[in-house]
Amino acid sequence: MPKPFNKVTAVAAPIMRGNIDTDVIIRIERLVGNSVRGTLGKWAFGSLRYLADGAENPDFILNREPYRQAEILVTGPNFGCGSSREGAVWSLQELGIRAIIGSGFGDIFFSNCFQNGILPVVVDKEIVDSLAAEIEATQGAGRISIDLEAQTIVSPSGTQHAFEIDPRRREGLLQGLDEVEMTLQRDGDIRAFQTADRSARPWIHFARTSA
Amino acid sequence: MLAKIWDQHVVARVSEDTDLIHIDRHLLHDLGGSRGLLDLKSRGLSVHNPELTFATPDHAISTAPGRSGTSRIGQELLAALRAETAASGIRMFDVDQPGQGIVHVIGPELGLSLPGCTIVCGDSHTCTHGGLGALAFGIGSSELTHVLATQTLIQRRPKTMRVRFEGRLPPGVTAKDMILALIGQVGAAGGTGYAVEYAGSAIRDLAVEGRLTICNLSIELGAKVGMVAPDETTFEFLRGRTYAPKGAMWEQAVEAWRELASDADATFDREVEIDVEKIIPQVTWGISPEHVIGVDGRIPDPGAIEDPARRAAVETALDYMGLQGGAPIAGTPIDWVFIGSCTNSRLSDLRAAADVARGRRVAPNVRAWVVPGSENVKRQAVAEGLDRIFTEAGFEWREPGCSMCLAANGEVVAPGQRSVSTSNRNFVGRQGPRARTHLASPASAAASAIAGAIADVRTMGR
Ligand code: SF4
Repeated sequence: MPKPFNKVTAVAAPIMRGNIDTDVIIRIERLVGNSVRGTLGKWAFGSLRYLADGAENPDFILNREPYRQAEILVTGPNFGCGSSREGAVWSLQELGIRAIIGSGFGDIFFSNCFQNGILPVVVDKEIVDSLAAEIEATQGAGRISIDLEAQTIVSPSGTQHAFEIDPRRREGLLQGLDEVEMTLQRDGDIRAFQTADRSARPWIHFARTSA
Repeated sequence: MLAKIWDQHVVARVSEDTDLIHIDRHLLHDLGGSRGLLDLKSRGLSVHNPELTFATPDHAISTAPGRSGTSRIGQELLAALRAETAASGIRMFDVDQPGQGIVHVIGPELGLSLPGCTIVCGDSHTCTHGGLGALAFGIGSSELTHVLATQTLIQRRPKTMRVRFEGRLPPGVTAKDMILALIGQVGAAGGTGYAVEYAGSAIRDLAVEGRLTICNLSIELGAKVGMVAPDETTFEFLRGRTYAPKGAMWEQAVEAWRELASDADATFDREVEIDVEKIIPQVTWGISPEHVIGVDGRIPDPGAIEDPARRAAVETALDYMGLQGGAPIAGTPIDWVFIGSCTNSRLSDLRAAADVARGRRVAPNVRAWVVPGSENVKRQAVAEGLDRIFTEAGFEWREPGCSMCLAANGEVVAPGQRSVSTSNRNFVGRQGPRARTHLASPASAAASAIAGAIADVRTMGR
């Protein structure tokens, strides 16, 4: 069950390259197995964070202070495109990331964030660029505040930007709701749908073999 | 078309633009299937509709002859998938059984994927099944558990985009080239937030396998959903398949499927038109599928790009790929060729590659693999003698699975080596740490294997 999300004020790291895919966020071999959760923070952005010999890449932003403390990412266009692997979100979460700001995200990654209590914020590219520029101007010292209830971002210099979010998603994050439980309360509707659909589209429904 | 299918699946309205929709088919694979079933169990829940859920191992199993290379964790995942599907009453197509294969190859092949049905799988290339007129999309682990528990998903209705491919395909140009050309034109985020419908005369002329290839790369366009309206070609493809309806029910289904196509006056949030007669065989040069050019083209020269962000992106890509801006892409020496993946591992793909390979030899500096998409594809290919054509030409013929498309089972391209691949992602490290991937069609890949370098299949004289 996701933890409720309301506000975060934290160091933010700009990762502005476009089209950062979920393979780059977490490599597939780190996700093979049923007990990988809890081991992934170390491997987030592995190919950018570490050099070929395994040493930290000093040029990568999350290896530098104060960005090591980042709880917010400010990202280039189409962040999280590609594979549906939810491990990408888990690895960011284990790294301590709570919110991600960008002009657009991969659709599946975007949904996966909400499922794990991470807030992805979509704002215009100009705002993303200005936030990144302000962070860089303060060398990371300037913090960003995100208030989900008020739907605002406050930049290091104090500029306030409003953002839009699907009200249902907002509610889910604020309360840390569990979708499975909520849907199971509608099981009557689901069963009624299936009964009606069995006559409308009989080819969809198979007989159940006993387990 | 999206609206018609969507409306048939609404179980309950959640908000103005979001619905609880019924899921007709849920496909599980070895990488995430047992995890989802175990997650469900740990919550004290059971599978809502095991008879609408199907499983097969594909991602983590070895494709070496005899499956000899499957890693310890891969074997554990396979064992867990067997145990958990059996305990839940879910049909699993196991290794060496007809029906096993890459999830997105077996769904259409078995007739599990049908026009107008909703299909999900914990894999982004689930959009492939849209080639039959299904509403199919990839989901993450949490949504996967939600489907197991409820046979539904809460989804926001996507915007719609129509891409019309018009004209006749020139020789040597395939469905793969069509979709890569589109991604090159509109970009890797051009379809984000949309369900894309592919239409136009060139789509109508394509066999179902080509339509599956086109829909497969929808996600590389940013679109979770890609679809083609079902037509006579679709119905002929499905007729008689194992899980397709039979007899009177077949007639009833076809009648319903005929209603699914978009109405003549349907409107879309975005429209794109592509003249396919201008498309030449495509090959990627960078680290995103949008980094694509015609095989007779030149690699972009960062020095000639004014926009600093674009220039930096091209420089990063060329640096990773070890390529020189401004040079022709054809003739770039390669180390590997991979013919396989849910994009291009169906029988027609193997036939196209075999046509090029027949009576020729893979260049001595190249290692080339052919990995059929499913056990059934493998058996049919063997019956046609395609495996012999490949092995006589020096290709390695392997067992069905995802293999080197995602390199989850140690089947990797070595660091710094260059591969021409018929898969769908040329991402950094996708085929192995620091591996360099060029995406292309099966015919182009086979031609490149023989040339030992990126090659234009149109110059191979067949
Ligand atoms: S072949 Fe590749 S893209 Fe397709 S399902 Fe397997 S890993 Fe995913």
